[in-house]
Amino acid sequence: MTILDSPPVTAASKIFNFPRNAWYVAAWDHEVTAKQPLARTIADRPLALWRNSDGRAVALADACWHRLAPLSKGKVLGDEIQCPYHGLRYNSAGRCTSMPAQETINPSAIVPSYPVVERHRYVWVWVGDPDLADPSCVPDMHQMDSPEWAGDGETIYAPCNYQLVLDNLMDLTHEEFVHSSSIGQDELSEAEFEVSHTDRGVTVTRWMRDIDAPPFWLKNMRDRFPGFTGKVDRWQIIHFEAPSTIRIDVGVAKAGTGAPEGDRSQGVNGFVMNTITPETARTSHYFWAFMRNYRLESQTITTQLRQGVHGVFGEDEDMLAAQQRAIDANPDHEFYSLNIDAGGMWVRRILDRMLQAEGLPAAAAAK
Amino acid sequence: MAVNTQTWWQQGRVVETSDLAEGVRRVVLAPDRPVHAVPGAHVDLRLDLSGHVRKRSYSVVRSEDGGRRLTLGVQLAPTSRGGSRHMHGLRVGDVVEMTGPVQSFPLGVGADRYVLVAGGIGVTALVAMADTLRRRGADYTLVLAGRRRAVMAYLDELVEVHGDRVRVFVDDEDVRLDVETLVGGIAGSAAPTRTEMYMCGPIRLMDAIRRAWVAHELPEPNLRFETFGSSGAWAAEDFVVHLPQLDRSVRVGKDSSMLDALEDAGVDVMWDCRKGECGICQVKVLDVSGRIDHRDVFLSQQQKETYSSLCLCVARAARGEPGKASEPAAVTLHLP
Ligand SMILES: Cc1cc2nc3c(=O)[nH]c(=O)nc-3n(C[C@H](O)[C@H](O)[C@H](O)COP(=O)(O)OP(=O)(O)OC[C@H]3O[C@@H](n4cnc5c(N)ncnc54)[C@H](O)[C@@H]3O)c2cc1C
Ligand code: FES
Ligand code: FES
Ligand SMILES: [Fe+2]
Repeated sequence: MTILDSPPVTAASKIFNFPRNAWYVAAWDHEVTAKQPLARTIADRPLALWRNSDGRAVALADACWHRLAPLSKGKVLGDEIQCPYHGLRYNSAGRCTSMPAQETINPSAIVPSYPVVERHRYVWVWVGDPDLADPSCVPDMHQMDSPEWAGDGETIYAPCNYQLVLDNLMDLTHEEFVHSSSIGQDELSEAEFEVSHTDRGVTVTRWMRDIDAPPFWLKNMRDRFPGFTGKVDRWQIIHFEAPSTIRIDVGVAKAGTGAPEGDRSQGVNGFVMNTITPETARTSHYFWAFMRNYRLESQTITTQLRQGVHGVFGEDEDMLAAQQRAIDANPDHEFYSLNIDAGGMWVRRILDRMLQAEGLPAAAAAK
Repeated sequence: MAVNTQTWWQQGRVVETSDLAEGVRRVVLAPDRPVHAVPGAHVDLRLDLSGHVRKRSYSVVRSEDGGRRLTLGVQLAPTSRGGSRHMHGLRVGDVVEMTGPVQSFPLGVGADRYVLVAGGIGVTALVAMADTLRRRGADYTLVLAGRRRAVMAYLDELVEVHGDRVRVFVDDEDVRLDVETLVGGIAGSAAPTRTEMYMCGPIRLMDAIRRAWVAHELPEPNLRFETFGSSGAWAAEDFVVHLPQLDRSVRVGKDSSMLDALEDAGVDVMWDCRKGECGICQVKVLDVSGRIDHRDVFLSQQQKETYSSLCLCVARAARGEPGKASEPAAVTLHLP
């Protein structure tokens, strides 16, 4: 059965399962070092992440072959990591290289190692079938490290299923209610939007013409066009790429200067970069950044934008945590969908087909 | 790479059998709870061998349809305690007790070059690895060694699928595998430290390769091997174990292991892997009459040569040159 002939999903699973044959961000590049291993669970796999002497990032299962002590509490020694308990050492392939108390090495002494790719300022890992781990399938987040863009971001430890974060980002009408003080405005839920999809991506496009810029965007306009006043055309173009990366092309331009037709020269443009890594069925690592393509030289603006988005996403985090608690408290209640959920539902369908191709159910196993 | 060492028991139904080569039987099992077996995995079977339930391991040659069909290749052991004989007697419809796939010989990712070396029935552990490497487009060589063509399972199939990447050595055609040439070739190649060898075969071949590997200063972790845990330097023969601390002597029949014989005699000894890998069953040797046929991979070559200790689960005593001595070989062990 190919991906395309599989039957569509009807019900919306509340605790969505996650594909294993996919690249997930495990960490920001600077978090993985040759000094100290980093412990992080990715798609239910506890990993120890570190760098060997040539700077390559390594991901090993975070449990020693011997008595399962966590390797992440051990030491990085050049190209090897040493178990903190009885001192077994492993190389970056996970093969044991030294058993201190004997002259030979048990041939079966190996811990799983996972394919790793470093790209776009992130360390990506693949916890599924290593033979399918194709580095060209790492989601496109090129704004993160392109000379034409500047910005920074953070990680949110989100106490909810990763799909709830995807839902949140695929529909931005919530801004009007959740983020009313910064980026929300009434026109959001009034504006028409268009949803298109491919077999790995979904795009939701929304234009609001001739409106007042909300506080966040007015500030940005003034950073680029000092003293700006007047109406703007505002856009939000949400690009989802399977399994869990969402880049949102956002901005405003002076009203009527041709931005909807492609001339954004009289505006300011940002990309909200989001990639969500399931940690477990009910917890997620949410990596975000805000990248802009104007005033690249200004670290002040980078800091201000990061702090601004930090505040906005804090509001989402509270909502997502509360939503997950309510879901868990109401196990017999279903999800219903609104017209605004079209983007999120296409995301579910793509994920559902990936899960089917791996022989996994759409709903994650109950805790 | 997934290393799955968890074992759970289930039932498997025999859905197909056929002959693969002289003395080698193909058995296809359909397990109750199918799990795909990755290259290098084996399953353990619980077999009733004349009243004793014994565990025997068999590599999964092929895992199809998400593990719904697992193909094994079983060689009839010449002086079998019954495991392989039992396997050869299986008919379509028979049900066996088996584990899910157990992985203790995983194929790595990312080496520049792979050399797979199969001696005899050891080929069963390497067929799926070779297929995977071919699919990956990896640089690999498959070395197949056997005594006679007629007993070499999967020979024609592998040559057909892997073409030039296969090198065949057959003793009775006088095209013998020369370990020094093989390992020396790796040491002298473009990427000696980025080459991984996966080897499965008789202990003598394995020992020779390990020695050559160390001599050429190749990185020890790059040599991966699996022991099927039975072959030795000499054919199994009866011998005697003296236990001065217990004031006892135990006879070990040629169809029994020293560990089994001691346990059958009521001597409590510690063990874990029972295939010569972990060293938990290691005991000190006080005296030997004859030779020790170590058969383990735990002791270093040097430790083996000094005869100072042995692994009870696999080691045997042998007269060395039968005919000369009429008395059975004997070892005296320190069992505090
Ligand atoms: C991980 C693994 C994978 C394996 N995969 C395969 C496979 O794919 N195909 C396959 O055919 N076999 C495989 N084996 C070997 C298999 O498990 C059995 O050992 C084999 O079938 C012989 O069992 P048996 O009961 O017939 O013979 P055994 O009675 O075990 O005798 C086998 C041989 O060992 C000698 N021997 C007997 N007792 C001992 C002893 N106690 N100590 C040392 N030597 C002894 C005998 O003289 C005989 O030559 C594998 C083993 C392991 C550990
Ligand atoms: S648990 Fe790691 S060496 Fe013992
Ligand atoms: S029990 Fe492991 S070597 Fe004997
Ligand atoms: Fe939000």
